[in-house]
Amino acid sequence: MDLAFTREEQAFREEVRQFFRDNVPPDTRRKLVEGRHLSKDEMVNWWRILNKKGWGVSHWPKQYGGTGWTAVQHYIFNEELQAHPAPQPLAFGVSMVGPVIYTFGSEEQKKKYLPRIANVDDWWCQGFSEPGSGSDLASLKTKAERRGDKWIINGQKTWTTLAQHADMIFCLCRTDNNAKKQMGISFIVFSMKSKGVTVRPIQTIDGGHEVNEVFFDDVEVPIENLIGEENKGWDYAKFLLGNERTGIARVGVSKERLRRIRDLAGKVESSGKPIIQDAAFREKLAACEIELKALELTQLRVVADEGKHGKGKPNPASSVLKIKGSEIQQTTTELLMEVIGPFAAPYDVHGDDGSNEAMDWTAQIAPSYFNNRKVSIYGGSNEIQRNIIAKAVLGL
Amino acid sequence: MDFDLNEEQRLLKESIDGLLTDSYDFEQRKKYMKEKGGWSKAVWLKLAEQGLLGLPFSEADGGFGCGGVETMIVMEALGKALVLEPYLATVVIGGGFLRHAGTDAQKAAHVPGIIDGSKTLAFAQLEKNSRYDLFDVTTTAKKKGDGWVIDGEKFVVLNGENADTLVVTARTRGDRRDRSGIGVFLVPANAKGVAKKSYPTQDGLHAADITFTGVEVGADAVIGNPEDSLALIERVVDEARVALCAEAVGLMDESLKTTVEYIKTRKQFGVAIGSFQSLQHRASDMFVAAEQARSMSMFATMANDFEDARERSNAIAAAKVQIGKSLKFVGQQSIQLHGGIGMTMEAKIGHYFKRLTMIENTFGDTDYHQRRVADAGGLV
Repeated sequence: MDLAFTREEQAFREEVRQFFRDNVPPDTRRKLVEGRHLSKDEMVNWWRILNKKGWGVSHWPKQYGGTGWTAVQHYIFNEELQAHPAPQPLAFGVSMVGPVIYTFGSEEQKKKYLPRIANVDDWWCQGFSEPGSGSDLASLKTKAERRGDKWIINGQKTWTTLAQHADMIFCLCRTDNNAKKQMGISFIVFSMKSKGVTVRPIQTIDGGHEVNEVFFDDVEVPIENLIGEENKGWDYAKFLLGNERTGIARVGVSKERLRRIRDLAGKVESSGKPIIQDAAFREKLAACEIELKALELTQLRVVADEGKHGKGKPNPASSVLKIKGSEIQQTTTELLMEVIGPFAAPYDVHGDDGSNEAMDWTAQIAPSYFNNRKVSIYGGSNEIQRNIIAKAVLGL
Repeated sequence: MDFDLNEEQRLLKESIDGLLTDSYDFEQRKKYMKEKGGWSKAVWLKLAEQGLLGLPFSEADGGFGCGGVETMIVMEALGKALVLEPYLATVVIGGGFLRHAGTDAQKAAHVPGIIDGSKTLAFAQLEKNSRYDLFDVTTTAKKKGDGWVIDGEKFVVLNGENADTLVVTARTRGDRRDRSGIGVFLVPANAKGVAKKSYPTQDGLHAADITFTGVEVGADAVIGNPEDSLALIERVVDEARVALCAEAVGLMDESLKTTVEYIKTRKQFGVAIGSFQSLQHRASDMFVAAEQARSMSMFATMANDFEDARERSNAIAAAKVQIGKSLKFVGQQSIQLHGGIGMTMEAKIGHYFKRLTMIENTFGDTDYHQRRVADAGGLV
């Protein structure tokens, strides 16, 4: 047992940190610090800088453009990325569909899609959830019927994140109605520009537009757009969801936010003095920082375990990361609300794209608090995570 | 960064787990509790035979030169088996003072007896009004010739009844809450003027309130600087806190395991109560709390080696906060999930709960340490 970072790992951290300092556009960083949303161009611009450096798809196998880093290096990279902060790579392409394609796709599909994912030439979105299929994802109803050399797709997806920007979608579709519900699902990719695809925005309680409903109306998709085998889609979906385990704790995001809280609490006054001088507030902040430190260590344990024993089957410890990670993210947004107090109220009717610089940035604190309620719901709600721990770890 | 045990550490863990499996089930423990001073001399000698009492001492002093990870392994195992023997008082605390500040003569006089199991120690530190502040000392040590005269009262001294030597904190100058002017003294338990009142503690250990009335000791009784040993005391107590964190992790592991086994077998409404989702979620939350505690116990073990004393103290305080929160949740919910049987003295789960509870109130509780972290400017 050796609990310190090696000298090489520390040098790597410095290298990564310096690269972010030199290359993240300052305006992009500022908007993230202030909790604003970025435009599509701002995000794509940054991802291409990252890809040019060779870090766009860092965790992919080397032959597809990955870095060959150790598990600890990946951890350090992610932490520094979140802490700078800089936009994280587009998960739907880089962490989700990319690994499915290089693991289960044909040579042709790899050649066609992987370089475009790495450079974000295509913006991908995820077609999993449906109005009737949330936690019970395998009950999904969107249908793909084979007609000649085409799939004909009909149905509806929902909570489709940033579908308004998307060029491509990877979609779970029912291809066999007679099989047991997990067995009749296929993994099909297609263009969002196809005839019959309609995207309708969903406005969330923070006033923002991140998620959408997507409707498929006799959408024609070439037969070769099936990834892997027909009716094996559920296996690929499980692979995909288990693939990105350690990022979900978002330790770097919470760290950055705690630094911001400390900074603001030194400026905003309460009872005639900076709120940081209030003992009760200071202890609440310390409590959150301690929880985060424990989570960081738990995450490192999972990372080290993966590095040593391979990625194999999903590690149930990732459920701990999801539960604590989301709780801490939510606590940090609560603390920000507490710091800002009555000035949480003004609502920026122009939205949060940063175009309205006249509006005080404090306007983003309440929306960020509202928006962060999602983190204990998405990616398998925290209640589902507790079911996983009960079954997979405790054997209940 | 590597969280796996190396070969020697793995063997150490197997050896202590094996010893305790053989000689420390819940029924055996009840017998040990009735022995003089509340623990078993025979078990203590077995620990000595396997070299466990010599782990942290240098090879020059007859020990094995092991580090914090080895102490963590031992303390977790002791927690898991709810061990009564005075490892913390003797090896971690008493041994800690000797390792960090003992003279060659002091080490020669005390360390061999610790390692072979023939002598135990106790730490006489707590006072009526000192609560968790280590610098709050009214017991006095006044110079007399080459030696010192000690007067004062110490409370809840763990292993106070059986210990051969008492490690006593006493003020050599200044006022009650001055940070300087505090010394550490090795006092034979049978010295003239030492009066003990012994009693069992809530968690089945034994402690004593000890009065020192004109107790005379020689110049060789002083460990470290008699006028300025607060940093030494903080250092050793930090190590004790780290050890308590590891013990608590062992206790929580066993509490969770016992509770999960219970709800798998206890039937109501014709099914195992562990099939109910509300209980499954509670058990999952206990698992999360125990894992967070384990992470912070490791962090504290790592922090023991931090060069900067402030950074070390802050990290260990943070660990004690996490352990305090986790142990309260795991302990209380273990009783809740056991239902009525958890309330009985007969079931072992309540005894785990009681030991966990006492750990929270030893060397600073959750609020105390949270305030320390907050006042030190946080942890990020």
